[in-house]
Amino acid sequence: MSPDATNILELVDVRAGYGRAEVLHGVSLTVREGGVTALLGANGAGKTSTLRAISGMVSATGRIALDGKQILGSRPDQVARLGVAHVPQGRGTLEQLSVRENLLVGGYRRRDRRAVAVQIDEYFDLFPALGSRATAAAGNLSGGEQQMLAVCRALMSRPRLLLLDEPSLGLAPRMAEEVFNTIGRLQRETKLSMLVVEQTAALALALADTAAVMETGRIALRGSAAELADRDEVRRAYLGD
Amino acid sequence: MQHAIQQIVDGFAAGSIYGALALALVLVYRATGMINFAQGLLAVASTYIAWSVWRAGSPLIAAVVLAVAAALVLGAFTERVVIRRFEGGPPHTAVVATIALLILINGLTGSIWGYVSQPFPSLFPSGTVTVGGVVLAIPSLATTGVLIVVVVLLQLLFLRTRLGLALRAVADNADSSALSGLNVGRLLMVGWALAAALGALAGVLIAPKVYLDPTMMDTILVYALAAAVLGGLDSPLGAVVAAWIIGVTENLAGTYIPYVRDDLKIGVPLVAMFVILLTRPQGLFGRRKAARV
Repeated sequence: MSPDATNILELVDVRAGYGRAEVLHGVSLTVREGGVTALLGANGAGKTSTLRAISGMVSATGRIALDGKQILGSRPDQVARLGVAHVPQGRGTLEQLSVRENLLVGGYRRRDRRAVAVQIDEYFDLFPALGSRATAAAGNLSGGEQQMLAVCRALMSRPRLLLLDEPSLGLAPRMAEEVFNTIGRLQRETKLSMLVVEQTAALALALADTAAVMETGRIALRGSAAELADRDEVRRAYLGD
Repeated sequence: MQHAIQQIVDGFAAGSIYGALALALVLVYRATGMINFAQGLLAVASTYIAWSVWRAGSPLIAAVVLAVAAALVLGAFTERVVIRRFEGGPPHTAVVATIALLILINGLTGSIWGYVSQPFPSLFPSGTVTVGGVVLAIPSLATTGVLIVVVVLLQLLFLRTRLGLALRAVADNADSSALSGLNVGRLLMVGWALAAALGALAGVLIAPKVYLDPTMMDTILVYALAAAVLGGLDSPLGAVVAAWIIGVTENLAGTYIPYVRDDLKIGVPLVAMFVILLTRPQGLFGRRKAARV
């Protein structure tokens, strides 16, 4: 695949591991500007490690390019400042901090403080469950509320690329669907580029335009989201047919 | 009665000194999740710096300000050069490293300034004031006052400033904070620097009473640890209130319980630590860690 000017993110032959154990064996992947790529696969396939490699949370080799510029080797906070927001698995809630403070941390790098305050109020209107508990410790929110808080916190940085790691994890199916609906709505409104890791393939494929399936540290399948949703092996393995 | 009130006020003064060092322990604990056993020795080294500057002819207050500034650098340096190598590893390793630092700094201060106790001047005049018929020592009142100011400033820093928000975020979840663009390494360094500055303050407050030598803070560290544990290791306000409780209890016990006297006073914080760890491990003001999935 030749470098495409419209790709906001491009991974080429990315290898990464923990200690001596390599868990990514050459992953290549793209996210189009304004598009959503779903990264599917079973537990342990390397989906989370791929996101962690992009954010600089694990050291990797190969090429990870944001807008065509290599970012591999940067620290997580440096990657974040380049406009990549990462909602980690388990949501990364700052539990002892209040809901509002979690959002303020999300917007910490911004200089336009007034706009930060306005944006927080917008989210509080949009998600009354967060607004009504603005000063409560974020650790006391329900799982679904914490997931929405995590997404809002990531968006507070005005990112150009959002990495979402299993937003449905630990949520009841209805709650998971609601979270995905909300993310979809935000995406359509803002045309934010996203890379979504998800085990519940149906949810992710409905949101994405392109998709890839990972198996044991490699990309096993890739294509448009619609194509993959029609593939028998994907249906059998991930869509519960 | 008059005597008892004086004992209580003196207890607050002693407690304020334990509290200053306890605050330093709490700051480091909140930032890095570990106890810095070298905190007392960092304070001793800073106090020696104040002493040297003062001996060279500088006004005392300038010497103290300079020592606090030097402590900021010393704390930042310690985190950057020593502790950072152990971050992300097993926490026990880092704690052992602070014990090694304790021994190292003890030797260094001894070899630079010697092991002979040196008199250290008090920041406060030695007079007394009479309030409602009770005679109170000015240094005791002033020491307590200084600590109250410090606590208020720290609360303002943590709850009202951007830096405070970032420090609390990193203490809560460093990895997650980095994903929001916070420079975790630099913030930890700031935490250690602030802690060392508080330690320096504790050092210059206690030195006039106990004389300055490399072991000056050893006992104080026991009291400060007790206060930090009693108050809850993650609560600055708790540490200070607990330090006052310990200071006052210790003074009253030493005076009025014949068996305790001066020799067994050190038992008071140890007993307090023992009881609190058994009955309320998160401390009086600490938050129990609640996990929710």
